[in-house]
Amino acid sequence: MPFLELNDIKKHFSTKSGGLFSSSNEIVKAVNGVSLSIEEGKILGLVGESGCGKSTLSRLIMQLLEPTHGSIVLEGQNLTNLNSSEVRSRRLDFQMIFQDPYASLNPRMTVWSTLSEAILTRKPQLNKEELKQNVVKLMEMVGLDKQYVRKYPHEFSGGQRQRIAIARALAPEPKLIIADEPVSALDVSIQSQILNLLKDLVNNLGLTMLFISHDLSVVRYIADRIAVMYYGKIVETGEAESLMENPQHQYTKELLESVPKVLSLV
Amino acid sequence: MRISLPTESELEKGSSLGRDAWARLRKNKLAMLSMCFIGLMLIICFIVAQLPFIDDPNEQNLENRFAPPSGDHIMGTDQLGRDLFSRILFGGQISMLVGFIATGVALLIGITYGAISGYAGGRTDAIMMRVVDTLYAIPFLVLVIVLKVVIAGPMEEQLKWMGRFANIVPLFFAIGALGWLTLARITRTQVMAIKEQEFVEAATSLGLSKMRILFRHIVPNTLGPAIVYATLTIPSFILFEASLSYLGVGIEAPNSSWGILIKEGADFLETQLYLLIIPGLFFSLTLFAFNFLGDGLRDALDVRASKD
Amino acid sequence: MPLLEVKNLKTHFHTRDGIVRAVDGVSFPVEKGKTIGIVGESGSGKSVTCYSLLGLVPMPPGKIEGGSAIFDDTDLLKCHENDLCKIRGKRISMIFQDPMTSLNPYLRISTQITEPLRIHMGMDKKRAKKEAIEALREVGIPEPEKRVNMYPHEFSGGMRQRAMIAMALITKPEILIADEPTTALDVTVQKQILELIKSRQKELGTAVIFITHDLAVISEICDEVNVMYAGKIVERANSRELFSNPLHAYTRSLLQSIPATQLKGEKLFTISGLPPNLAKPIQGCAFRPRNQIGNSDECLTQSTPEFKELDSNHWVQNCPGCLT
Repeated sequence: MPFLELNDIKKHFSTKSGGLFSSSNEIVKAVNGVSLSIEEGKILGLVGESGCGKSTLSRLIMQLLEPTHGSIVLEGQNLTNLNSSEVRSRRLDFQMIFQDPYASLNPRMTVWSTLSEAILTRKPQLNKEELKQNVVKLMEMVGLDKQYVRKYPHEFSGGQRQRIAIARALAPEPKLIIADEPVSALDVSIQSQILNLLKDLVNNLGLTMLFISHDLSVVRYIADRIAVMYYGKIVETGEAESLMENPQHQYTKELLESVPKVLSLV
Repeated sequence: MRISLPTESELEKGSSLGRDAWARLRKNKLAMLSMCFIGLMLIICFIVAQLPFIDDPNEQNLENRFAPPSGDHIMGTDQLGRDLFSRILFGGQISMLVGFIATGVALLIGITYGAISGYAGGRTDAIMMRVVDTLYAIPFLVLVIVLKVVIAGPMEEQLKWMGRFANIVPLFFAIGALGWLTLARITRTQVMAIKEQEFVEAATSLGLSKMRILFRHIVPNTLGPAIVYATLTIPSFILFEASLSYLGVGIEAPNSSWGILIKEGADFLETQLYLLIIPGLFFSLTLFAFNFLGDGLRDALDVRASKD
Repeated sequence: MPLLEVKNLKTHFHTRDGIVRAVDGVSFPVEKGKTIGIVGESGSGKSVTCYSLLGLVPMPPGKIEGGSAIFDDTDLLKCHENDLCKIRGKRISMIFQDPMTSLNPYLRISTQITEPLRIHMGMDKKRAKKEAIEALREVGIPEPEKRVNMYPHEFSGGMRQRAMIAMALITKPEILIADEPTTALDVTVQKQILELIKSRQKELGTAVIFITHDLAVISEICDEVNVMYAGKIVERANSRELFSNPLHAYTRSLLQSIPATQLKGEKLFTISGLPPNLAKPIQGCAFRPRNQIGNSDECLTQSTPEFKELDSNHWVQNCPGCLT
């Protein structure tokens, strides 16, 4: 049984246009029939260009949006049938890492308040001392110096902020992590630090991850399997290496050809 | 396994956005000067006024009317022989209270209303904002007078313990209860922008309640513009009270406010100019100070400027 | 003689936290018709370098502290604003990262694209519009007669960048400065835009200064590459040489940390730490604290390493610790 299974997920947005009294409804099919599955402990890479619906898909899995059609099954439980309070309690099992570490942290909260809030959602019974232990453990896990626990997000660099965001996502001890372009906003040298960290965490904590990116070389490196998304649909899935070496779908081929290559490798 | 916790001394102090803003504000000489001036005014009006050598502002001495400034009455006396200096101090209390209390009321209502409206969105938002639009359309002055009457009647008993303030408190609330409209709009716009940010999605993913997300994650990030606006609201409320008093519908005797002093002074414009000039000076300098402080706060809290 | 010769350019920003030495002694020549790449991480000073050349650095807080940029006997850094206006947009033009914010949303494409022609060449409205349509056709925009009358929001991202390029090239400039022109675009669109820049450059003989953080992009498009770190150029060589034989530890570390260069399953090479804070003066070699590939013990600590030609046309900061 796969860990996470998406069955024919659709999300249609209706955009209203026109004046106050006359309006015309236009339907945008952001996600249009996606079926995917992830095995436990694996990383699935989801590749696509802007506007292909990959961010919408991630928010559907996170239950931040409700699908128009289809079911999301996590460990055999259909999330789409849950009511909102059940969703809230199940939420801790899946967490998200966002693209922009500048927008994904509350600028008014210190590392301590960000992390302790996230820890307490899972373990509200902790006392102050245990909470401290947990916060420090998390910071060590993501490679943040514990002496910065009282600092605010704007006092950190982009890479360090992304580490805080990762620590927050890990705090409720989730089983599934959705990483939505977690390294796109970072510099090359920082990007590799974060990729290593994510890979280590998945291996050491036995997490399952959906890794969303537009960058094929990053996905090739980190993912076990790759799914290629195009206009709201998955056009191809496969083992990472074989998909990269032997793409079947026309769009995958075009994507691969477009990736600029460093001369020394050719 | 126990993890070694960092000791207090190892921790690096963080610097919140508020602290950064304060550091910037401190560099703004005009704003700091204004703040000192406002502080001084508060001390003079509320503390100095209690000292024994300050005359009773309502003690009349008809034999000593229109006495020019002298050692006895450093700012002279008015048409009923009351000491102008102590009248300015006690009048200042009222004016300041109007500014602060009414603004506090406006902040409380405006932020809560605007935050809920912006966060809820959709139909709730539309209805709540139409209410604001409607209130905007009603003349402020008329509404304050009506509201003051409505509040003042039933509250008279409960407010007795407040002594001489009893009949002015309703006015504060009336002004505040109507001055929140713009604050609600400002907060709503801010909330709508901030609720789209990823950290709010992250908070939702943690399963936090809507109330907690709104008041812990969203509202604190909207306070900057609200505080700036509120600082600029204080002088406008003081001014509003002055114009109400000028029209004779504001503060009633035996209380006085700077507005009343100016109104009375204006009656003797041609003969005793100092009766107008001295309270006018206190009044305008205080308003200036609030406005400069508001401007300084606006610069200090400008988030874009703090990113460089 | 090179078309543009930048020598010892220094641009500093006077901020609340002190003087930020964003560009601190940068020199490079630009030859006619060649593509010069400037690659570096954010904050390395690559964009500020080019903004300085066109007088686009906001002053204050920015200040050009020294150096020269000789273009056709004129020093761009010292010449009068009026003279600069005659060069900027006509003989040197620029395209930016975000085509959405660099086009004015309230003006039609036609108005914006004909502006340089009318200002710099005094062309009348009708002829300018004809030229504009032609220019849009040349950058591969379908139905240019119709599109020229549209507004920027009616164009897609790639289309807008094409329009920007058409606008920048319409006066047939001698130098085109491209500041991360493809960073905001999808890979498939990026490829088209890179090819477009290359082909237009060939036809017009324009020199291009191409700024990016993406090593792969730069290796595909540039003849010569400058690697910047902490406000200085640490290495310069022609593209093939630089990527096959990188000398400086920073260049080598950067190349090794790209996921594309690693086998799957292997740990990615990482450059530890963070770039230095430019608000504080840097003693000796700026890369020393992060140097793991070379030998950081041998890095210069007292004097700033000299920028030296080690091989023919291969310049590098001569710091012993970074070269081993």
